Amino acid sequence: MKSAVVIFPGLNRDADMIMALESVTGQKPVTVWHTQTELPKVDLVVIPGGFSYGDYLRCGAIAARSPIMEDIRTKASKGLKVLGVCNGFQIITEAGLLPGALVRNAQLRFVCKQVKLKVENNQTFFTNRMQKGAIISCPVAHGEGNYICDAETLKRLEGENRVIFRYAEGTNPNGALNGIAGIMNEPGTVIGMMPHPENMIEPLHGRTDCRPLFESLLAA
Amino acid sequence: MKAKVKVTLKHGVLDPQGKAIEGALGHLGFSGVEQVRQGKYFEIEIAETDKAKAKEAVKAMCEKLIANTVIENYEIELA
Repeated sequence: MKSAVVIFPGLNRDADMIMALESVTGQKPVTVWHTQTELPKVDLVVIPGGFSYGDYLRCGAIAARSPIMEDIRTKASKGLKVLGVCNGFQIITEAGLLPGALVRNAQLRFVCKQVKLKVENNQTFFTNRMQKGAIISCPVAHGEGNYICDAETLKRLEGENRVIFRYAEGTNPNGALNGIAGIMNEPGTVIGMMPHPENMIEPLHGRTDCRPLFESLLAA
Repeated sequence: MKAKVKVTLKHGVLDPQGKAIEGALGHLGFSGVEQVRQGKYFEIEIAETDKAKAKEAVKAMCEKLIANTVIENYEIELA
């Protein structure tokens, strides 16, 4: 499983993501700088979290228009797997790879804590080692993770089983519509999620609930 | 030519910042504030003298970067 991690100025979770991918898949991901125009040949591209361009304009807005995104968009349309975590989710949503938008947390505060996630769909490249309906612990750290979309899009996301992760009842940290924490595109090749699974895979993290997510990449 | 661009949240999109400002105005004793919606304002200087072409260019900028049309509307005024 060859992967690439894309780096934009202002990201700060790239090292954690690289470590998680290497620790579970056994292969160190290639790093790609945002000004590059072509991705190396890989099976998966990961856009990690952080604060690309200081969250100027809108979170992820400027990164989404970087040179490398053109090639990611082209290859994603041909089936390349893309995973966006936190700011990465905001970036790929701004780039139009996923529907909807991530706006300011409803309570206006940055949230940095552990939440419970429900795995709603275990038939994806990132959840196939999970039980459907499993409740897992995962950290979140964001100020703008409140997922919104229009009624029609929401109906499709829910109807087509494209809501992969939902904040378990009572733990919605940001007011996201229907408690949506992670979604995928129609073919299931692009996944975006606000929580940080890369920070819940080692005993030193306190728990290893999210390790099977990365193990899923090996089976995909 | 200068373009003035106003970006506002679409109706129905929750605006927690506007809500916080609304609450603060109430605390300050400004009665009768029914709603506050916060937006963004941009001034863009462009080297274009033709108004129609300038508007076309700024519209493209709004569609591509300045506004996220999933959640925002924009208005362009040329001066």
